[in-house]
Amino acid sequence: MDLLNSLIVLTNFVLVPALAYGAQLAIGALGVTLIYGILRFSNFAHGDTMAFSTTITILFTWWFQSIGANFGPLPTALLALPFGIAITALLMLGTDRIVYRFYRQQKAKPVILVIVSMGVMFVMNGLVRFIIGVGDQNFADGERFIFTVREFRDWSGLEEGFGIRTTQAITVITAVIVVALLFWFLNKTRTGKSMRAFSDNEDLALLSGINPERVVMVTWLIVAALTTIAGVLYGLDKSFKPFTYFQLLLPIFAAAIVGGLGSPLGAIAGGFVIAFSEVTITYAWKKVLVYALPDGLEPSGLAQLMSTDYKFAVSFVILIIVLLFRPTGLFKGQSV
Amino acid sequence: MANDTAFHPQNDDKMTEPFLIGDSMTGGYGKGPDILHDCTISVNRGEIAVIVGPNGAGKSTAMKAVFGMLDVRGGAVRLDGDDITALTPQQRVVQGMGFVPQTSNIFTSLTVEENLEMGAFIRRDDFRGTMAQVYDLFPILKEKRLQAAGELSGGQRQQVAVGRALMTQPKVLMLDEPTAGVSPIVMDELFDRIIEVARTGIPILMVEQNARQALEIADKGYVLVQGRNAHTGTGKELLADSEVRRSFLGG
Amino acid sequence: MNTSVRNTALFAFVGLLILGTGIVQGWNSALLILNMGLISAIMSLGVNLQWGFAGLFNVGVMGFVALGGLAAVLVSMPPVTEAWAAGGLRVIAGLLLGAATIAAAIYARSHMTGRTRSIALLAILIGGFFLFRAVFDGGVSAVEAINPASTGYLGGLGLPILFSWPVGGLLAAGAAWIIGKTALGLRSDYLAIATLGIAEIIIALLKNEDWLARGVKNVIGLPRPVPREIDLQRDAGFVERAASLGLDPVIASTLYTKIGYAILFSIVLIILLWLAQKALNSPWGRMMRAIRDNEVAAEAMGKNVKARHLQIFILGSAICGIAGAMMTTLDGQLTPGSYQPLRFTFLVWVMVIVGGSGNNFGAVLGGLLIWWLWVQVEPLGRGLMELVTSGMADGSSLKKSLLDSAAYMRLFTMGVILLVVLRFSPRGLIPER
Repeated sequence: MDLLNSLIVLTNFVLVPALAYGAQLAIGALGVTLIYGILRFSNFAHGDTMAFSTTITILFTWWFQSIGANFGPLPTALLALPFGIAITALLMLGTDRIVYRFYRQQKAKPVILVIVSMGVMFVMNGLVRFIIGVGDQNFADGERFIFTVREFRDWSGLEEGFGIRTTQAITVITAVIVVALLFWFLNKTRTGKSMRAFSDNEDLALLSGINPERVVMVTWLIVAALTTIAGVLYGLDKSFKPFTYFQLLLPIFAAAIVGGLGSPLGAIAGGFVIAFSEVTITYAWKKVLVYALPDGLEPSGLAQLMSTDYKFAVSFVILIIVLLFRPTGLFKGQSV
Repeated sequence: MANDTAFHPQNDDKMTEPFLIGDSMTGGYGKGPDILHDCTISVNRGEIAVIVGPNGAGKSTAMKAVFGMLDVRGGAVRLDGDDITALTPQQRVVQGMGFVPQTSNIFTSLTVEENLEMGAFIRRDDFRGTMAQVYDLFPILKEKRLQAAGELSGGQRQQVAVGRALMTQPKVLMLDEPTAGVSPIVMDELFDRIIEVARTGIPILMVEQNARQALEIADKGYVLVQGRNAHTGTGKELLADSEVRRSFLGG
Repeated sequence: MNTSVRNTALFAFVGLLILGTGIVQGWNSALLILNMGLISAIMSLGVNLQWGFAGLFNVGVMGFVALGGLAAVLVSMPPVTEAWAAGGLRVIAGLLLGAATIAAAIYARSHMTGRTRSIALLAILIGGFFLFRAVFDGGVSAVEAINPASTGYLGGLGLPILFSWPVGGLLAAGAAWIIGKTALGLRSDYLAIATLGIAEIIIALLKNEDWLARGVKNVIGLPRPVPREIDLQRDAGFVERAASLGLDPVIASTLYTKIGYAILFSIVLIILLWLAQKALNSPWGRMMRAIRDNEVAAEAMGKNVKARHLQIFILGSAICGIAGAMMTTLDGQLTPGSYQPLRFTFLVWVMVIVGGSGNNFGAVLGGLLIWWLWVQVEPLGRGLMELVTSGMADGSSLKKSLLDSAAYMRLFTMGVILLVVLRFSPRGLIPER
């Protein structure tokens, strides 16, 4: 019985949150990895693009709320999501047109594009703060829980319980749908295959008559959808704050690199590796151990390996370990 | 196009001129120095033409010039009588030229079948028939069609590369050192396959390191030295030519 | 126009901007801008050393700057004797244990093989970690319990704060050595992500390790290398001299202090600039640029690329550390919460790119110019917004939000400047020769 209780505490505080967080990181890392695979640079503006797309979605959410439109028990933000994606897509295509395309035609070195993306990052940063300011925005509405800890306890009769928030469930379900759609697109459609071909061997793709500008355009559209979804899911699950989104850059990149830059499958694996390590290492295990260990052996302290303030350190250390022992990542990514 | 030119005064030329010809080409990469000097390469319908010569003779460069990958400053390239000198490589593919580069000539992370599909990317019609033909020519590819092309052996990869180029149903196929880096046994097999491709009626122009074997299957051979035509003749003639034997075939 | 005339004109232009600020907004503001501009120029010099000379992509500038700030506290603040008595040695012992664990792990890794190695490594790391935590945590809580409202940390060495400048450089160099050992030699984007990460970790350490520098409670009232305004105002001789110049003693004292800082900073800048120029034109500098332009060829000629990269990475980071210590000295306090990557990492990059990567004078010019812009964009933006909104009714929400948004104009402007320079003048204002 005690073991069951400890498992349930583990589920409530580690497994479920890490699963949701991992899904958010995975979708974010997919965006990074696609840009890397097709446009061949690390996009430093990714975090701030996520902030931008979430901002737009929040504006639409507020508008829907003001006119009384809602999505029943689901958050209104899901209704606003397509609009957020559309506007982000426009912004990305515009950015590509006036900023990135020039360097592509110049065949600039990847590192130059990284610096260019730093400029875009600044602009986005300013844009987001123009629109919505620097503060915290909570835009989740609808039903808060699918079931609560108390409901679970009453149902099971156990001492401990676990609950699932609507946003956590939505995150995981959306992630599954998004990943399935993306892989279907990449593996089954002509355009998707041409993207993979372009990422694999640009010269041969050109020789085969694949239009690079079209591949790039489709990539930006997909990335717009991925960033918006990742940003909105993270914002629903936690809360929206522009600076937090900038800081997400680190775990997202860590996820993409750990998985292998350029490998979509790797991005997903990397997202969960980073999320689970971050949560398990910064979680205070006392409660789990009290149930799991025999009497007299339970820990006196919190049994926390590291304080939550050091969660960046976790992604960083994993990143370094992977880079040292397997520089191409868990799934073989590209090296330029 | 073909119907139009039927009434064209050049019609006579078309009958006599080779199907694909790089005529007196002079040029180099970008603004760099000329690598080719008045060099002529051609292939007739239904024939195999090979370009041989010592290292650095400009063999690959000559082929790339025919395919539009470097600046041809003098001379012209004509395909089936049409001047294509100004076209980009991509446009030449649309015009019916198939090209297999020497290296990085497959999509390693794509399956064999996807490689073939990408070869047919410019085609909007049903290409399943062509794919079946390719599988007939290269049975091993059919067997491995769901494997990533990068996992295949060197010889199999070359077959994928040739198969990919065949997917556009090219009117002429150009191979840049198809046997580079494969074992002698695999090389013989590849040459057999290339002869088979030629038997389907596609003229083949290729660059080869292994001059003797290549000339044995060639209808026409070009020996280049320093970007110039040094010897030209049928494969047999060149193999019999004592000077060619002495300087390039090791006696 | 010949280059030296052009460059002089550019520097003169920046000088005019600062003078203009003095005339329009007062000399106090002008000197404030100048002082931070000088510090920015030093940071930019450090980043230019890494990027311009060697092509190393360091986006962890913030971390090195913050380490410099930490040095200012550790060198200049008086030691808290009660805290040392309560748990100082235990903290140090804990840290030594931690270091010993890592050393043992590295030793085991290089001297053992196969499965035994993995097991030994795991055992050392896990055992060492818990041992470290057991010793260290007790010390920390003892230290932090000592008068937490005003100290709660170990304090510093109580030395003159000027010593902290080289020490800041050393601290940053140490961190750079660790990062460089692991991340150099990897691809350029990987180094970027690694440095970005280490900077966040350093800030997290400063924010959370209260025993070290009080964390987010901040260390205020650092000793100063120049007289305090208040002391000057009490000094009869100074007041008299100020009066003879026709100056109000309060204004005179602030100007005097700021000019004092400006002189100190200028000295450091000139020394570093001179050294950087020497380095650039030495065989070492030429080798660096040769490596940057063709790593493969340089390696083939027998140059140890990784070692050279490590060298220049450490040097550049040390310069950022020096600048960080100087900045904390100028501020008179260490506030870990104020370190923002956009301000301390990416803005420095804008300085280097706009000034001209690969050219030391360019970096200095970029530092001064971009800092001036960074400060002035906000009032300029507000003026612009006031002009735009002047026709609108007072109290309208649009007017208010437009006026509020002026504050974010600077990020936007910096981005646009960076993009425009990269596009139309990628070699910067003073290009590499």
